[in-house]
Amino acid sequence: MSKYETVVGLEVHVELHTKSKIFCGCSTSFGAPPNTHTCPVCLGHPGVLPVLNRQAVEYAMKAAMAINCDIAEWCKFDRKNYFYPDSPKAYQISQFDQPIGENGWIDIEVNGQTKRIGITRLHLEEDAGKLTHIDGGFGSLADFNRVGTPLVEIVSEPDIRSPEEAKAYLEKLRAIMQYCDVSDVKMEEGSLRCDANISIRPYGQEKFGTRAELKNMNSFRGVQRGLEYEELRQADVLDSGGTVVQETRRWDEGQGKTISMRSKEEAHDYRYFPDPDLVRLHIDAEWKSRVQASIPELPDARQSRYIQQYGLSSYDAGVLTASMKLADFFEESLKHTSDAKASANWIMGELLGYLNANGLELDDVKITGQGLGEMIQLIEKGTISSKIAKTVFKGLIETGKSPQQIVEEQGLVQISDEGAILAVVDAIIAANPQSVEDFRNGKEKAIGFLVGQIMKETKGKANPGLVNKLLIDRLNA
Amino acid sequence: MSITKKDVEHVANLARLELSDAEKEQFGDQLNAILKYADKLNELNTDGIEPTSHVLPLANVMRADTVKPSWPIEKVLLNAPEEEDGQFKVPPVLE
Amino acid sequence: MSVFDLKLSEIHNRLHDKQLSVTDLVEQSFKRITDTDDKIGAFLTLNEEGARKEAQALDAQLASGDERGLLFGIPAGIKDNIVTEGLLTTCGSKFLGNHNPIYDAAVVTKLRAAQSVTIGKLNMDEFAMGGSNENSAYHPVHNPWDLDRVPGGSSGGSAAAVAAGQVYFTLGSDTGGSIRQPAAYCGVVGLKPTYGLVSRFGLVAFASSLDQIGPITKNVEDSAYVLQAIAGHDERDSTSANVEIPDYLSALTGDVKGLRIGVPKEYLGQGIDPQVKERVLEALKVFESMGAVWEEVSLPHTDYAVATYYLLASSEASSNLARFDGVRYGVRADNPSNLLDLYRRSRSEGFGAEVKRRIMLGTYALSSGYYDAYYKKAQQVRTLIKRDFDQVFEKFDLIIGPTAPTPAFKLGEQVGDPLTMYLNDICTIPVSLAGVPAISVPCGLADGLPVGLQIIGKPFDEQTVLRAAHAFESQTGFHNLRPALS
Repeated sequence: MSKYETVVGLEVHVELHTKSKIFCGCSTSFGAPPNTHTCPVCLGHPGVLPVLNRQAVEYAMKAAMAINCDIAEWCKFDRKNYFYPDSPKAYQISQFDQPIGENGWIDIEVNGQTKRIGITRLHLEEDAGKLTHIDGGFGSLADFNRVGTPLVEIVSEPDIRSPEEAKAYLEKLRAIMQYCDVSDVKMEEGSLRCDANISIRPYGQEKFGTRAELKNMNSFRGVQRGLEYEELRQADVLDSGGTVVQETRRWDEGQGKTISMRSKEEAHDYRYFPDPDLVRLHIDAEWKSRVQASIPELPDARQSRYIQQYGLSSYDAGVLTASMKLADFFEESLKHTSDAKASANWIMGELLGYLNANGLELDDVKITGQGLGEMIQLIEKGTISSKIAKTVFKGLIETGKSPQQIVEEQGLVQISDEGAILAVVDAIIAANPQSVEDFRNGKEKAIGFLVGQIMKETKGKANPGLVNKLLIDRLNA
Repeated sequence: MSITKKDVEHVANLARLELSDAEKEQFGDQLNAILKYADKLNELNTDGIEPTSHVLPLANVMRADTVKPSWPIEKVLLNAPEEEDGQFKVPPVLE
Repeated sequence: MSVFDLKLSEIHNRLHDKQLSVTDLVEQSFKRITDTDDKIGAFLTLNEEGARKEAQALDAQLASGDERGLLFGIPAGIKDNIVTEGLLTTCGSKFLGNHNPIYDAAVVTKLRAAQSVTIGKLNMDEFAMGGSNENSAYHPVHNPWDLDRVPGGSSGGSAAAVAAGQVYFTLGSDTGGSIRQPAAYCGVVGLKPTYGLVSRFGLVAFASSLDQIGPITKNVEDSAYVLQAIAGHDERDSTSANVEIPDYLSALTGDVKGLRIGVPKEYLGQGIDPQVKERVLEALKVFESMGAVWEEVSLPHTDYAVATYYLLASSEASSNLARFDGVRYGVRADNPSNLLDLYRRSRSEGFGAEVKRRIMLGTYALSSGYYDAYYKKAQQVRTLIKRDFDQVFEKFDLIIGPTAPTPAFKLGEQVGDPLTMYLNDICTIPVSLAGVPAISVPCGLADGLPVGLQIIGKPFDEQTVLRAAHAFESQTGFHNLRPALS
C-alpha cells in the first residue's frame, strides 16, 4: 500500500450527435473525405457569422440535467483565442464564466461501495479540425470536417481517488450520455475524449500535490493504465526526494508510459471575451421542464428497478444497465418470457461471452431480445433442452432467425416419446454389455457413459430426464 | 501603468506579429499614449453598471438542426496558399 | 446637367422610357472612372466584364418591359470589405491581395435582387481602420473637392466615388463613423442604419458589435431607395433584428413641423471648427423655419466615448483578425521555417501599421489581468453612453450636430499621430456605441470644403431621420453642390 493518496479530476469532451454542426449547416457525419463537410462559416472565411444550432443547446441541457447540474437561466458564448492550424478562426467559441450547467454529480460504484463524484461544470463549445503529419514530419495537413461539431466539456471535481474510480466514473458518464441519447460516445471515433489532472499527496495532507495533465488516453483501459503509471511515477519522484513539475504529459499506449510534452514556450493567455456575433441564451422554466421530460430512466434508477422488480443481484443489474442497449435488450426479452433471471444469465454468460471473445458490440450481432425471450420459453415448455438451447442461441446470434425456425430447420425438437427413447436405450444396453455389467457390480459411474451414448445416438435431442429414468428402470429390471 | 518593451513583445507574440525594434518602440509609445488617454474612463464610477456587449436586447437566436449542402472541394481550396490531398498544408505541427 | 445629377427615380424613369439603356449607364460609369480615378483613387478593382454582361442581360429584360428591381440597372460601387463571390475582396489589405471570395455577402445578394450593377470594389482604410483612407495598403484616396485632402475614412473610396460622379451609389461600412465622416468630407449623403437593421453576413468584421453597412448617395431620396433594398432580417446573422421594414420612401414627406430636436452641447464645444459650428447653427435655423423646434441637451458621457470605442473596437478586432493566419486563404509569407514563423511573418508582412497597432491594443486590453480594467470597464461605460441617448430620446425625436468637428484635412497631416486622428470621430463614435441610426447630409461649405450635418434618430426610426434629412436638403439644396473636379 502506497503512502500516497491519489487525487484525480477528469475533463471529458463528449461530441453531441446533432445532424448539422453547431454554427453552420454542414453535416457532422464521420468519415467523409477531407474538407468535404465544410463551408465558408466553418472554414472561418472573412465575413461569415455563426448561428447556434438549437438541438446542440438542448442536448447540452439534457446532458447537464442527467448529471444533476443546475441549469443556468442566462448564459452566453465566449471566444477562446489561440492560434493553431486546426482552429480556422484562431478562436474557439466556448463558454467561459456562464456555462450551461454547474454543480452536478454522479454516483459510481467501486468494490461494492457507492461514491459520489462532483461535477464542477458542463459547457457547450465547438470542436476543432484534424491535423495529420506527413512527409516524415516535414509538414502537416488540415482537414476541417470535424470543425464545429458540437461538444460538451464536463469537468469533474478532484474527487476521484484512484485509476479504478476514474474508469468507473468515465464508464458511468458514458452510460448516462448514451441513455440520454445525446452522443455516440465512442472513444475510438473520438466522440468521447478524456484528459486527466492527477496529483498525489501523503495520506492526511490536506493540500493537493502538484498535478500533471494527462492527454491522449484513447480508451477506457488507456485512462486507467495512464493514471496507474502516473501515480507510480509521481511517487517515485517524491520518494527520491524530487518534486513533481506541473506539466502536460502524453500517454503512450505502445510504450505503456507517460511522456512529458515539450513545455509550451509561453503560458496560455486565451483572452476570453463574450462573442459579439452571438446573443445570449435565456433558458426559462418552460424550456427546462420540456428538456427534463425528455430524459429517460437513467442507469442508476434502472439498476434499482431491476433489483426490486426482477430480484436480480446488484452486480447483475449493474452489468445489464451499464449499457442502455443491453438493458433494452434484456427488457425486450422479458416481453416473451417471465423468467428474468434466466434471461439475465443468458445475457451475462453466453451473449457477453460471445461478444467479448469476438470483440463485437451488441449491434454487430443479429440476436434480438425477442429471440432470446422466445428461446427461454421453448426451454420452459420442454420443446428444447438447455443443452440444445446453446445451439439455438448460436443460431440466433449468427442468423437472426426466430428460435422456432432454427429448431425446426435443424430438427432440434426434444424427443420426449418414451417408446422412441426406449428403443435407443435397449440398443445401447445391448451394444455395451461391459458397462451394464459394471453398473450391476455397483459402479454407478457407468450410467454416465450409457447416458452419454444415448444422447449421442439421439444427437442430444432426447429429453435427459426421461433418458435417465428409462435407463435406470431397464437396468434394474 | 506603462507598457514596457517586454510587454510589447509579449503582446506581439500573443497576436502572432513580428515587430522590428523600431516598431516595438513606436508601438510602445503609441500604446502608452492611447492607454493613458483611456485611463480617463477611471474617472467614472461604474460599480453595478451592466456591461453592454449588444445594443439590441436579443436572446435565443437559433437555427433548426438541418443539414445544408457543404461547399464543393474546389471552392474550399480555391484560396489555399498550399494544399495537398484535398487538405490545407502547413509546416509541421510539433507535439 | 450631367446624367450623374439625376436621382435614382429619374434614372429609373429614363430607363423605362427607353431614353437610356443600362449599357449606357454602365459605360458612362466606366468612362467617368477612366477620366477621374487616376486622380481620385476610389476603386481597387473594376468589374468590367461582369458589369457589361449584367448590363446586357438587364437591357434584354428592359426590352421585354420587365424591369422589376428597386435599383434596376443602377451602377453601384461596393466597399472592399463586403465580400463578392468571384470578385477580388481585399479589405484594402495586402494580406487579402489575392482573395477571391467563394460566397456573396447578404447585401450583395440583396443588391442582385434589386438588380443594380456592381461596377467595382472601393478603396478603404485597411480592414476599415482609419478615418482618412491613408491606411489603404494600395493607394490613398483623394478628396474630389481638393485633391490634396483626405476623403475621410474608412469608407473613403465609397464617398469619393459618389462625389466624383463615378457611380450612383455605393455601400460603405460604419464602425465608429466610417460612412458618415467621409460622406461629410466629400459632400455626399451617408447613412449608418441602426445596428441590426442590415445583415452583417459577408461584411469582413472589424468590430462585430459596432459594424453596420449603409448607403452613400448624392441625396436623401436615393439613400432611402438603397436602404429599402438592403435592410431586413437575415437568419445568417444572429445579431440581425427581426423587425418589420417600413416603406422609407413614403417617409419623405417634407414635413418636419413639430419635430423636437436635441442639440448636444458637447458636440459644439471644444475642438470644433468655428465655421463648422456656424453651418450647424444655420442648419438648425432652417429646421426652425420649417416648424421644428430645437433646444440644447447634454450627452454627458461624450468625452469618454473615444476611449471606450478604441478599447472595445480594438479588442474585438484583435480576435476578428486572428483568422488571417495564412493557412486557408490570403498571402502566406515565403518559405516559412516553421508554423510560428508562418503566422508571424504572414501577418506582419500582410498587415499595415494601423492594423498592427489596433491588434496590439486589443490584445493587450483582453490579456490576462487587464480585461476588467479595460474591456469590461469600456463595456460598462458603453452602457452609460447608451443611457445618455435613451434619456434624450425620451423627450426628443432627433439629435442633431456636426458629423465631424472639422472639414477634410490634408493628406499626411495626421499620419503618425493616431490619437489626434481618433479624435476626429468624437461626434460619430457615441452614436455607434449607442447603436442608433444617423445620417450625414451636406450643410454647406467651409472655405470651399463640404461640411456634414449629422441627424441622429431613435433605434429603428430611420424614417424620421430620412424625413428630416430630406426636408433639409429640399429646403437648402446643399446636396446639389458639386466639386469642381475637371
